[in-house]
Amino acid sequence: MALIETRDLSRVYDLDAGRVVALDGVSLAIDQGDFVAVMGPSGSGKSTFMNLIGCLDRPTGGHYRLAGTAVESLNADGLARLRNREIGFVFQQFNLLPRVDALGNVELPMIYAGFDRRTRREHALQALGRVGLAERAHHRPMQLSGGQQQRVAIARALVNSPSLLLADEPTGALDSRTANEIMALFQELNREGATIVLVTHDAEVGRHAQRLVRFRDGRVTEDRRQTPIDARDLAPEAAE
Amino acid sequence: MRLIEAIRSALSAIMANALRSLLTMLGIVIGVAAVIAMVAIGSGARNLVDQQIRSLGANLAIVTPGNVTQGGARLGAGAASSLTDEDAQAIRREIDGVVAAAPFVQGGAQVVAAGSNWGTRIYGIDLDWFSAREWDVATGRTFDPEEMRRGDIVILLGQTVARNLFGDEDPIDRVVRVRNVPFRVIGVMASKGQSAFGQDQDDVVFVPLDAGRRRVIGRNYAKDRSVGSIFVKFANESDIEPGIGNITELLRQRHRITGEQEDDFSIRNLTEIANTASASANTLSMLLAAVAAVSLLVGGIGIMNIMLVSVTERTREIGLRLAVGARPRDILSQFLIEATTLSTIGGALGIGLGAGAAYAVAQLAGWPSLVSTNAILMAVGFSALVGISFGFYPAQRAAKLDPIEALRRE
Repeated sequence: MALIETRDLSRVYDLDAGRVVALDGVSLAIDQGDFVAVMGPSGSGKSTFMNLIGCLDRPTGGHYRLAGTAVESLNADGLARLRNREIGFVFQQFNLLPRVDALGNVELPMIYAGFDRRTRREHALQALGRVGLAERAHHRPMQLSGGQQQRVAIARALVNSPSLLLADEPTGALDSRTANEIMALFQELNREGATIVLVTHDAEVGRHAQRLVRFRDGRVTEDRRQTPIDARDLAPEAAE
Repeated sequence: MRLIEAIRSALSAIMANALRSLLTMLGIVIGVAAVIAMVAIGSGARNLVDQQIRSLGANLAIVTPGNVTQGGARLGAGAASSLTDEDAQAIRREIDGVVAAAPFVQGGAQVVAAGSNWGTRIYGIDLDWFSAREWDVATGRTFDPEEMRRGDIVILLGQTVARNLFGDEDPIDRVVRVRNVPFRVIGVMASKGQSAFGQDQDDVVFVPLDAGRRRVIGRNYAKDRSVGSIFVKFANESDIEPGIGNITELLRQRHRITGEQEDDFSIRNLTEIANTASASANTLSMLLAAVAAVSLLVGGIGIMNIMLVSVTERTREIGLRLAVGARPRDILSQFLIEATTLSTIGGALGIGLGAGAAYAVAQLAGWPSLVSTNAILMAVGFSALVGISFGFYPAQRAAKLDPIEALRRE
């Protein structure tokens, strides 16, 4: 069974200027373990799609099942719970809490999951280890480089063992070398079994995925499998 | 999120903007300090008044001679020596609710002991005095009925007089002279402290009524049985008003005053005077507390203001928290706890400041100042309440944020 399954998913905004159809009946299935790049120019509906499958927004029509749960029937608390357990977000701007060290940032989703302090610490250290930042656990975001900050954010996304990693332009704020490191990390996580949906407008970044879904005017215009480029080939030293 | 952790994270948010937080707290600090200090000072003042009421004696009225008209000139109140100790006996006997009627004469006198002397007030009293004024001897004894009947030349000293004439020595059985009459000291009165009007009530000596009238204060009491005034003590406060009416009637009868003629005496309800003083002390402390409450309110508005700023500043943080699984109510409680922590810390600082101020005022004014546990609990509760109620609106605004919008905000 597919991890993500949308049927005729649509999102319509009623603005003062009139109705805006941001997403127009998208049916898509994403399997466990896949690495999908969602691409398209701005206004294509890819961000709306990401917000919907990320349970940050609710569709105005159609159906959406995430890990067997019918999302459109959930209330705000139900959506929060799903975001907490099933989805790990990675943002372009990292969105780390500046006052809290790396460990504290990674612990954040577990606080809302209700884990005790010791378990949180343990899991957070584990997640930081997985992104190669175990020894930076007590650094604050300001003391870390952009790439390191994004790694902390990825550790935070991983910490509750979600079924889906949802990355929105994760390399948009990074230089190309660091971006490549981050893509290598995503590929590695994918090889270890993580399901990843990556939203980007950058064709280069999109080539790292196994599957490419292109949006235009709220619809899917292209959906194909591809042979991903391996980030390790581009920057062998980064994968170390 | 557990409460302890929520408070810890609130503290770190408060510390992140330490100066701003401190300035925000200042309103609450000042408000709570004012409440604590005002309540303490107010209850100190009230206690003082209560103490003075008690020192006067409860449920007391005083009958004084009225004015007298001599050849068309009206002399002032007390000029007449119209009251007699028979009047006192009649009051004691005939008026319901009266437990004591204490006639007395008074005057100034120089009291001379071996080697020293002291100017003081001298009172000629009868045995009812002690129960009417709720005043007894500290050492020695009071007059016995025989001494009283004969008008013996024995004397009771107030604490101040005893101290000034005899220092640390025991004055009992020593002899003091008043207007050259040698009185034997038989007792020293218990200390009464200051009166409601600031007089030293212990600067006084007492002699039997007849001894005082005949030997030392004589001149104004030409009539053999006349007295200066009469203290009347009632059993209950509710007896006082009707009692005063009855005494008026009785004395008019006894003094043969009829129809339109003016009374030759007047009666004042001392308990009422004391109650008025107590009530005004109460009003004062209520007023002070009200002013303090207003400053608490202003402090609360300050907290609301800063929390609104904080919600705006941290919109992205809120968006992120929502994205990683915070429910709206988690966000609500986070900001509520932050506001409440802020105001409660302010409250704690205010309690310290207020207690200090109350102590300082008490030291300066010589009042018994009481920082009561109740006032402290009330201040803590009230400042927490201020935090919750003024923090609610900003917190609700934070909780209602749309995660997508919030994440997009710069």
